[in-house]
Amino acid sequence: MDSAYATDITMTVNGEPRAVRVDNRMSVLDLLRERLGLTGPKKGCDHGQCGACTVLAGGRRVNACLALAVAHDGASIQTIEGLGQPDDLHPLQRAFLRHDAFQCGYCTPGQLCSAVGMLTEPGPSAVTADLATEPPLTPGEIRERMSGNLCRCGAYVNIVAAIAAEVPKSATGAGA
Amino acid sequence: MRPFTYVRAGSPAEAVREFQDGAVYLGGGTNLVDLMRLGVTVPAQVIDVTGAVSDEVTVRDSGGLTIGAGVRNSDLGSHPLVRERYPMLARAVLNGASGQIRNAATVGGNLLQRTRCPYFQDVTMPCNKRSPGSGCQAMAPGADTQHLAILGHSPFCAATHPSDLAVALTALNARVHVVSPADVGQSAGPDNSRWIEMPGLHRLPGGVPERDTVLMPGELITEVELPPPARSGQAPARQTYRKVRERASFAFALVSVAALLDIGPDGRVRDCRVALGGVAHVPWRAHAAERVLLGAPPSAAAFAGAAEAELRYARPLPGNEYKVALARNLIASVLEELMP
Repeated sequence: MDSAYATDITMTVNGEPRAVRVDNRMSVLDLLRERLGLTGPKKGCDHGQCGACTVLAGGRRVNACLALAVAHDGASIQTIEGLGQPDDLHPLQRAFLRHDAFQCGYCTPGQLCSAVGMLTEPGPSAVTADLATEPPLTPGEIRERMSGNLCRCGAYVNIVAAIAAEVPKSATGAGA
Repeated sequence: MRPFTYVRAGSPAEAVREFQDGAVYLGGGTNLVDLMRLGVTVPAQVIDVTGAVSDEVTVRDSGGLTIGAGVRNSDLGSHPLVRERYPMLARAVLNGASGQIRNAATVGGNLLQRTRCPYFQDVTMPCNKRSPGSGCQAMAPGADTQHLAILGHSPFCAATHPSDLAVALTALNARVHVVSPADVGQSAGPDNSRWIEMPGLHRLPGGVPERDTVLMPGELITEVELPPPARSGQAPARQTYRKVRERASFAFALVSVAALLDIGPDGRVRDCRVALGGVAHVPWRAHAAERVLLGAPPSAAAFAGAAEAELRYARPLPGNEYKVALARNLIASVLEELMP
């Protein structure tokens, strides 16, 4: 690759510093999957429409397929591999198991990263009646906030239930 | 994707200095990277401007807000002052795209995103916007026109502007600050910058559909300014944004309406703003509807009449006639919702 079209970048991936030379055209998704061996983030549509590639960049959920790696020099990226381990699952992963929240599992890493990011996002959504409030994360709110993640198996009902089970009690609107 | 050089600009001046033929500015990349992958946009140089423009929302002395062009859509939609003072803007942003995309997409990039016309995005099809002079497939018999324009289109292009944010900014009389390269200075001020009022940033296609906006090559949006919030006596004027789409979330508008309604002490309409999304090459300010209502007593019949006045000159394409009735009904319904 002509050096004018490639760039040396550093990135913290799941807590580990990485230094790589990337083709300027490379997406964060391809970098993770093809160069760093992290195949948890999935390539579904490669157009930002399905959410299977969702990762956390600086703690915020993004579509890794629409993110140029070169534009994420210095970024901190977390993938499903950094969320939990087989013997030490993230609470949301345990909730997905408990609630049978997947069938084929292809969308699941993206669903999980998206849910982790979503639970930290402040403010109302498109279905919130009163913009002034921090609305309780009802099933309706969860559905709206998770609309960037498609599931071709149609496991949505259980995905919503799994996420709802992990909503901090202070944010459910129940009790308190 | 064709190889390209990449440079990160640290300031607007540096960005416009770097700009050369075949360059593009990169914000969040949620539309641009996709267009590059589709082969619709083939830049020789990508200038990353996320570090060149502000990513903050600040209050001005006048009471208005300055929104940096680098503010992410999610940060704009959740901003307390935007929610409190410009609810139609918060609602418009929250109705756009998905959580992931709003986290990446910037305000400047949102305004400059390209149409989702299926023929623009398919490089095997003729398209005057993508490839000037190649023709408009949307005008061919049997074309898929359901998402295309009903107002202001030309025989050369019937694309619609896809932004929700821009529709609210158009109703709010926002203005856009632009920094220009030194050699595009004919319309810019002495410091190579200028303000563009909304509506007015986007342009109708006419015979030059390849130009979405009035921006000159290399001009960079640096911030958006909102005037002080419209008041209704002591209270904020009632306003909202409503979007009709094919599924409940994460879809572009078939038709959307941003509206503001203020009834004076005499019981007549004192201020009224209506802007439409999904119907034209621009976020469409419904001046005809506003003229009907200003000074008139508000009523369901008056709102229906105003909507009719706006849609009277709609020219639907074969296949998108439904948008005329949808826009008419949506305007009337949203205005009724805003009645005290």
